[in-house]
Amino acid sequence: MRLRIDHLTRYVYSQPVGHSSQIAHLRPRALPGQQCVSHALLIEPEPSSRRDCLDYFGNPITRFDLGMPHEALTVRAISEVELDRATQDLARSPAWEDVRTGFAGPLWGNDEQAQAGEYLFASPYIPLDPALRDFAAQDFVAGRPVLEACVALMERIHDSFEFDPNATHIATPVGQVLEMRRGVCQDFAHLMIASLRSLGLPARYQSGYLLTEPPPGMPRLEGADASHAWVAVFVPGIGWAEFDPTNAVRPGNGHVTVAWGRDFGDVSPLRGVILGGGEHGVEVEVTVRPL
Amino acid sequence: MSLLRNYSPTSDRYDELLAASGAPRPHWKALLDHLQWMGPRALQEARDAVQRQIAENGVTYNVYADPRGADRPWDLDLLPAILPAEEWQGIAAAIRQRATLLNAVLADLYGPQRLIAEGQLPASMIQAHPGFLRPCKGIETPGGIHLHLYAADIARAPDGSWWVASDRTQAPSGAGYALENRAIIGSQFPSLVRSLRVQPLHAFFQALRDALAHWAPCDDDAPLIVLLTPGSLNETYFEHAYLARHMGIPLVEGQDLAVRQGAVFLKTLSGLRRVHAILRRIDDVWCDPLELRADSALGVPGLVEVARRGGVLIANALGSGLIESGALLGFLPAICEHLLGEPLQMPSVATWWCGEPQARDIVMQKLPQLVVKSAHGAGIIEPAYGGGLTPEARQALREKIRQQPRAYVGQEVVRLSRLPVWSHRGAALEPRLTMLRVYAAATPNGYIVMPGGLSRVANPDDQHIVTIQRGGGSKDTWVLGGAQESLPLATPDNGYPTVITEHDHGSLASRTGENMFWLSRYAERADCALRLLRCGLRQQLAADDREWPVLLAAGQRTATLPRLTPPLSPQATLLAALHETTSPDNGAIGNLRQVLRIARSLRDRLAPDSWRIHNRIERLVNAWQRGPHTLSDALEFLDQTLMLLITLSGYTMEQMTRDAGWRFQSIGRRIERLQFLSLALQEMLVPEPPHAPALNSLIDLSDSVLTYRRRYQRAPELGPVAELLLTDHDNPRAFVYQLQSLLDHLQQLPGDVPPQGIDALLTVVAALRGRRAEEWVSDEAHATALRELLRQSWQAGNALGNTLQNHYFSHVAPRATLS
Repeated sequence: MRLRIDHLTRYVYSQPVGHSSQIAHLRPRALPGQQCVSHALLIEPEPSSRRDCLDYFGNPITRFDLGMPHEALTVRAISEVELDRATQDLARSPAWEDVRTGFAGPLWGNDEQAQAGEYLFASPYIPLDPALRDFAAQDFVAGRPVLEACVALMERIHDSFEFDPNATHIATPVGQVLEMRRGVCQDFAHLMIASLRSLGLPARYQSGYLLTEPPPGMPRLEGADASHAWVAVFVPGIGWAEFDPTNAVRPGNGHVTVAWGRDFGDVSPLRGVILGGGEHGVEVEVTVRPL
Repeated sequence: MSLLRNYSPTSDRYDELLAASGAPRPHWKALLDHLQWMGPRALQEARDAVQRQIAENGVTYNVYADPRGADRPWDLDLLPAILPAEEWQGIAAAIRQRATLLNAVLADLYGPQRLIAEGQLPASMIQAHPGFLRPCKGIETPGGIHLHLYAADIARAPDGSWWVASDRTQAPSGAGYALENRAIIGSQFPSLVRSLRVQPLHAFFQALRDALAHWAPCDDDAPLIVLLTPGSLNETYFEHAYLARHMGIPLVEGQDLAVRQGAVFLKTLSGLRRVHAILRRIDDVWCDPLELRADSALGVPGLVEVARRGGVLIANALGSGLIESGALLGFLPAICEHLLGEPLQMPSVATWWCGEPQARDIVMQKLPQLVVKSAHGAGIIEPAYGGGLTPEARQALREKIRQQPRAYVGQEVVRLSRLPVWSHRGAALEPRLTMLRVYAAATPNGYIVMPGGLSRVANPDDQHIVTIQRGGGSKDTWVLGGAQESLPLATPDNGYPTVITEHDHGSLASRTGENMFWLSRYAERADCALRLLRCGLRQQLAADDREWPVLLAAGQRTATLPRLTPPLSPQATLLAALHETTSPDNGAIGNLRQVLRIARSLRDRLAPDSWRIHNRIERLVNAWQRGPHTLSDALEFLDQTLMLLITLSGYTMEQMTRDAGWRFQSIGRRIERLQFLSLALQEMLVPEPPHAPALNSLIDLSDSVLTYRRRYQRAPELGPVAELLLTDHDNPRAFVYQLQSLLDHLQQLPGDVPPQGIDALLTVVAALRGRRAEEWVSDEAHATALRELLRQSWQAGNALGNTLQNHYFSHVAPRATLS
């Protein structure tokens, strides 16, 4: 399936911004089963400098600076992606405690498993917390295959939390989301990752897009009109398995991966520092259509 | 030996002073003889002199937790710690090796990570560490140096061997204090310093500076090196300013720097200037809000990317705090063999990282004998001494370790050695536990070690811990002569590039210029206010109330005297103006406080003499606030304070280079005096009827009593006073003098001053010239015109201040982080 993504971000400032430095995570990653056929990043006003590179996690990024005073910034990313992802077999995964044991030691060497250790620990947006471990415990019963338990946790988050774009903001702590039982895709992803890490399992944050209009007969999914976020869990012998707790689905050919990291802070679509600017407003529009 | 009567020998610790036999070790003999010769009385005097010098020089260590706030005086013992040459050579060689090793470890962990691939270090040790700055992985540092300045805390075990307790690799503090300790203690024992050939310290910083200049990416330009500080509230700010002065490099804050086109620039009064090297005292994660902690207001946005592109040298390299981790210590001997092919010369205190199951078991078992610390650097978890915990607390600690084993290390508790301090109360030597912080700097010829260091001694009650934060003290550290370690000296022909110093034209940071501008403005405001109060006090002491109503009006107009309801007596009003709680916000005391606040952030720019004057003012003001006072006390206080302010302004005139900073100081002073005069003349020379002029007061507070008497030889009269204070071009307290002087200074400023700052001044000067002085005061119609002119000149001063502010200082706009 080929998809076209149009991601528009527009900042408007109440006072002129004298200088602005930005880092964009807007170009979809190249992955097995996901090919970025074309990508254009349009920036208005014209940046005074701009550079494409990879970040620590291997995600493509664009850095740019605006040196002239401006009162608005528009960033539009237009990408075409070819998706052909194989479905993972959930049936034969090891017991979750075995995975935990595999990650309990010092992790010697630099094979794929040792590298997954990157996603075992607390990160700036994701503290580890006994309350989160307790929250996850009811799905992670003794001997249960790890992927089966992840599906159960994903479904429970979906069933017992309400999608509510007004309840939280970027910096809402995971503990508060757990108490309020509401939030958006980013909160649910953080919550699930925090739960898994609190159990001792490596889990990473995936950011990207969802198909806006679903195929005929399928329901429209939450989070389709903005950038989306979900979760991947590492299982030795299987690799990374993905879960979308916002929609209780396993990401397939409707999910486009842009970047991954430990949490939102590593892969924020646009992160920047501005000089001046006063108050600012931001608008984001995302459309994803099949070609 | 009476000096040693309180110094009982011990057998369970190493004693730096006494050998096992109980006799002093040979390298202490010269000092002990000297102390004996001086006698207790001279020693008490020397100790007092040390205290005095600390106070005079303003050597402070800020303690965040101290509610009495900043600036605790530095605690320095009279006696030095002494190390013989042969022993020092062993220490220095071990520290050189360790610095070389740790630099190689950093280069690997932020580079290819072979240590992990080859099984020398476990992956999770790095992954779990919050000090591993992921954005910095892959950055190549100039010359491959990550660790430019390194410090180790070393301790001596009962058998006399030295052990490393911890490494300081991020922005090690204390070396500047060591330098200041030497300056103070060395001056107490000059003959001993010479005869023992105590190795000097200052070449160390020359070498550090030359090395930074050597590696700084500057093509062929003279490199600009800056010292980056979090600001004057930081606990070791004294040291930042001291080192900046000592090394002759500008002291800057994050907001003084900007990243443009892949390079770092200093915002100076004459525009942006490229910075080639940054010696930083800001911790890793705060250095760049764009790529590191977004909530940092201390850092420089875009700094990481400049480092990545090789545009600036950052010392130490970003992310170097990673290897302060105690988790590394257990792996270090094997890594040393692996990387350097030689054994580690000085062992680390035995440390187990709980991320390894076997090590964790050992920590759990030996907990009562260990101290448990964060594996991720100081300050994250308070160290817990297993032996001092209740069984329940110990169990709770074990549970915490089980929860997050990788976050903890267990370390053996060192039986620290003892060192003598001079006890003021006991008038004799007393033992204290001690640790030594030693320093190494990278140079093109390898690491060099500062021959000395910062000896720290514990509180008498502390058994294990030696930290300045907890109230321990410090000592000068003498490494005795012998084969001198030769340091490369900073001579012009040593092949290193010349460094731009703060004295070079145009490297004055805009914020510094702004501070100098305001320093003199507040000083002049304080001066004017104090003079007005002194004038009032003198009249009260002479029981002369005649001019009080006019003086009160002028005092209130200039925010010098409080507006009290109901009104108090003149005497009570004057005393109220001098008390912090009752004086107007902008009054004499408030302005003095502002002077002291700004002087602190200009610490690196103020010469020691000037700093001492500020210090005296501070002590005078603090002492004054403590007690109730009589009028004559108040007069004494005013006289003393004014004397110090005059000394300061004289210092500015006589000692300072005429650079842009001096220019802004002079302009600031003139603006304030112009504004004060225009208010005072309105109220006192041409007051609105029915008040009569207060001529005695006016010439008193204009410091013109003598001039008037000499010139006119009669009681003050309106015409002559007007001539002296309005239009006399030669009187530095005259109105016209301020205007003319401002116009002269403005011509000398860098760049062009916008006309809106100057035009109003020119208008006032032209109008003033239109009449002779006595005409301005000849009748009420002229007086009204003069009042209007004075009002205009006050406005002109205001407009000029704002114009300079916007034109020279304000490109520091507020910053925001978006995500």
